[in-house]
Amino acid sequence: MTRLGTTLGIGALLLGVGSLEAQQAPDTTTRNQQTTQQRALDSLGTALRALQTRLDSALDARRAPALASTPAQSPARAAGTYMNLSFVGLTAAGFSTARDLERIEVGDHDPRARGFTIPNAEIALDGAVDPYFKGFVNLVHKLDQQSETVVELEEMFVLSTSLPANLQLKVGQFFAEFGRHNAQHPHSWAFADDALVLGRLFGADGLRGQGARLSWLLPTPVFAEASFTVMNSAGETTTSFRSEESALIHGGLPAEREVEGLAEMLYVPRLSTSFDLTGSQTLVLGASGAFGPNNTGPGARTQITGVDVFWKWKSPRASAGFPFVTFQSEVLSRRYDAASRTDALDGVTALPAALLKDVGGYAQMQWGIRPLLVAAVRAEVVRNDDPAAAAFTATEREDRDRYSTNLTWFPTEFSKVRVQYNFDRRAVMGNDSSLWFQFEFLLGAHAAHKF
Amino acid sequence: MTSKSPFVLLSVVALLAAASAPPRRLNVVATTPDLAAIARAIGGDAVDVKALAKPTEDPHFVDAKPSHILTLNRADVLVDGGAELELGWLPALLESARNTRIAAGAPGRVSAAQGVKLLEVPTSFDRAHGDVHALGNPHFLLDPANVRLIAANIAQHLSAVDAARAAEYQTNLRTFLTTLDAKQTEWQAALAPYANARIVTYHKDFIYLAERFKLDVIATLEPKPGIAPSPAHLAGVIGAMKAQHARVILVQTFQNRRTAETVARQTNGLVIDMSQQPGALPGTDTYFTMMDAIVRALAKALAETK
Repeated sequence: MTRLGTTLGIGALLLGVGSLEAQQAPDTTTRNQQTTQQRALDSLGTALRALQTRLDSALDARRAPALASTPAQSPARAAGTYMNLSFVGLTAAGFSTARDLERIEVGDHDPRARGFTIPNAEIALDGAVDPYFKGFVNLVHKLDQQSETVVELEEMFVLSTSLPANLQLKVGQFFAEFGRHNAQHPHSWAFADDALVLGRLFGADGLRGQGARLSWLLPTPVFAEASFTVMNSAGETTTSFRSEESALIHGGLPAEREVEGLAEMLYVPRLSTSFDLTGSQTLVLGASGAFGPNNTGPGARTQITGVDVFWKWKSPRASAGFPFVTFQSEVLSRRYDAASRTDALDGVTALPAALLKDVGGYAQMQWGIRPLLVAAVRAEVVRNDDPAAAAFTATEREDRDRYSTNLTWFPTEFSKVRVQYNFDRRAVMGNDSSLWFQFEFLLGAHAAHKF
Repeated sequence: MTSKSPFVLLSVVALLAAASAPPRRLNVVATTPDLAAIARAIGGDAVDVKALAKPTEDPHFVDAKPSHILTLNRADVLVDGGAELELGWLPALLESARNTRIAAGAPGRVSAAQGVKLLEVPTSFDRAHGDVHALGNPHFLLDPANVRLIAANIAQHLSAVDAARAAEYQTNLRTFLTTLDAKQTEWQAALAPYANARIVTYHKDFIYLAERFKLDVIATLEPKPGIAPSPAHLAGVIGAMKAQHARVILVQTFQNRRTAETVARQTNGLVIDMSQQPGALPGTDTYFTMMDAIVRALAKALAETK
């Protein structure tokens, strides 16, 4: 069909040129010019006749399949659809009274500079691999504060589609299923930035890594799903475990800790349930844990536990999914068992073994006022409760509150404009205000939204 | 022998129990209430039918909530539109439902669009034209000719999944088609006096009805599919309605009635409440009663504005 369109376009263009030249013909004086023009006209005429023939046969070809009743598939689409391909591009802009943007915004996809940033440019591929597996890939590009392009294989996994007994296996690199926010991509976040407590306990990239997850849909009258993930415990996406940046948590030099056996793996269990309170209200409850080794010394371990709740009301007469109201909250707690270690600042002082405790949470509400317009508010708290707090200063773990509000407008479901205000109160750094704008667009397939 | 006999005995008891118990009713799930209504007519007493979308809500935007995952997990048969109407929510549900009985291509999966000649199949894919469905316009159930195909399709799949009751499904299908034929004649007669009448709709969701019953949809309040009406576009619609003497505006329950009323005020027009989903309006629980209501409301409005 594109070929037909092109042919038509060229035909129209040639017709235009032809008539233009025909009009000019009487004005020209010399015979020589007339002959040249006549030749040009003749050749144009020939070209037009050839185009006409092609056009006719193209039209005939198009009519034939239309009459042959059935296919609900258009040929142009059928050609390359073994996978869905999409791209999400996010531009952020704004200003903060704080200068330590890397700390005030804790997530890697957050606006972390005064002025403009590209915190997320994501290529997503997905499709059925075969009758047994589906495949997903997320390739993330972003520009850092120095305008350098950073590329990461954010997610890449296969998901089983036909295991018996309501089981499902996921293998590869993926966001751990812990709570609600951790596994969500920035595209579906209600705010321009990551939740403080998740940034603090899971790091800028969230809890993510290479591993396998088995999930089971329980044979209960209400929805209940249990999942269990085993993954590697090392790297910058497992901040609370064997991370080289763990000094930010415990102030000491990280110890070398190799994988000796199952004790050095990270385990993430989760149980969630959901039921409809009424025809238009749904509640989801969940409890998650993340248990694994940390690298303050041999045998040292970290335990993170969390509970989450999500409630949604949607009008029974919803248009484009509006109006709606949602409430979402997560509370997380970390017990970081730090072994005795050497102070990272001087490399000499011995820091005593200590149990470092952090707790935090957020609560947010979204109101889908009318189609494609959403207002939201969020309150966040993070606290540390170290008995040994005096032994070292962990600026990354200072007590902090943040209050945010935003307004999001979706010109269509494929684009988004957001303005957000944050007020921060930090125990050491003081109070700050930030104003952020977000512009997001989506090309290609739009993956269905999970609840 | 001693070790085997209890097992044999158990098996015999189980077999007897299975034979004497009435056969289990099939769990049939339909994405939308219109498909559910047809499945109910074909399945009769042999099936329990559940629809995922509410009759009153916009079927393009249904929440992929966990209770739907559970419903799909336990389904023997799934009837979906098959033309991407449910693209924004069904794939996420199916991914979590882990039910191979209703996987694409399985006997338990009915794709309603199969065999249906879809209208408005785009020839290029460009979202500058709005949210155009790549496979064509998916609101095809208002043409009884399409419902004929869908009913036969459902009967075929139910028979494949539940061969023991195949005869029952075929009988139900014949009854349904006989009524459908009679009803179609009736609907056509009711609308015949208004052949080529000009109407306006909110979204491009009545084109199959218009095509079958010879109505002329001269404009939609949405400038492009899925794009909210703008004042400039509405001014154009008002102009077109005045110029072409169109006075009837069709609005579904979840669409913005106020916009339609604004246009109607300036065109001496009439807004009529419509629903393409059985159960959205009182007394419209089956496909037939729903179509009766549509035809009746339309004929009345066209008579009043003639």
